[in-house]
Amino acid sequence: MKNYDDLSDQEKDILREVGNIGGGNAATALASMLAGRVDMSVPNLQIMDVSSVTETLGGPEQEYVGILLMMEGQVNGIMMFLLDKHFTRLLINVLLDTQFESFEHIGEMELSALKEIGNIMAGSYVNAIAALTGLSITITPPQIAIDMAGAILSYPAALFGVMGDKVLCIEEDFMRENEQIRSHLLIMPDSESLSNILKRLGVTEWH
Amino acid sequence: MIVVGISDYKTARRPDRLITYALGSCVGTCLFDERSGAAGLSHILLPDSTINRTDTNIMKYADTAIEALVREMERQGIRRTQLKAKIAGGANMFAAQSKSMNIGERNVAAVKEHLRRLGIRLLAEDTGKNYGRTVEFDPESGAMSVKSVLHGVHVF
Repeated sequence: MKNYDDLSDQEKDILREVGNIGGGNAATALASMLAGRVDMSVPNLQIMDVSSVTETLGGPEQEYVGILLMMEGQVNGIMMFLLDKHFTRLLINVLLDTQFESFEHIGEMELSALKEIGNIMAGSYVNAIAALTGLSITITPPQIAIDMAGAILSYPAALFGVMGDKVLCIEEDFMRENEQIRSHLLIMPDSESLSNILKRLGVTEWH
Repeated sequence: MIVVGISDYKTARRPDRLITYALGSCVGTCLFDERSGAAGLSHILLPDSTINRTDTNIMKYADTAIEALVREMERQGIRRTQLKAKIAGGANMFAAQSKSMNIGERNVAAVKEHLRRLGIRLLAEDTGKNYGRTVEFDPESGAMSVKSVLHGVHVF
């Protein structure tokens, strides 16, 4: 079994590479979904404490849109996207060609659009992991929480509080016209799945 | 204002106040004695420390944190029989979680169980549902103030 705390530099590099490939897939998918009107930067992958994620997001009370998907099959764990509210509104408006303003009265159409964005982005990363490792992974339908960052993160924190407090956090910048907003993706395979991924990628000595 | 982080607890005396931010499935437990103006606030992440025997942070789990906070307050000269409790949090942030994974509900149940076991009366609670809460506590008045994005502030 492998914890994030025990990862070597080489293992982290390999995981970064998997993240880069997944991010590339996600950028392509989203750009085509939004008819090329959104650009993305090369993703930046870090291994960090759950508590540092909250700081990266601007503090525990900062409001975010959290999209949660579970990975199942030969890899088990969590994927969670944290999207800035302002940028999410922009994404929804481009996708649905509407002028949606307030998350307090978010409707079914907007929620479906958000879930679709979550599906497409999660699929991009999952496909990258599956292709590189040969492991079969499915993702559950997305669930959404629009709330304070700290409250959204309490769910993955609690699930993974049992196996160490580190997560893989991929930051990506989205650019549209003059706006640039950062999205965060947390990927947390459980420790057995993490071990399997690293073993399949041929980088781990077994202890 | 004394800030309590996740998997943490702190104590305060009037006029200082205690705050913990953005509880989701976590539970904030306030123990207080109005007469002496003393209070303690705990922010637990999980119900039960026996799931992870290598973890030494007793403030993370309901079963160890509540008792440790009581002992800490006793060390400060507060009698256990004077302590009362108010709790908040334990939300289910994502709707379709299966019953067995509803950590919020399990956290609330565990906190209540340990308060009972320690003989501390639970005066009020704002728990469950599906939204995040920031909790502030004033040892002077014994008032707990809960703030959320959609429902504003409510004091009890």
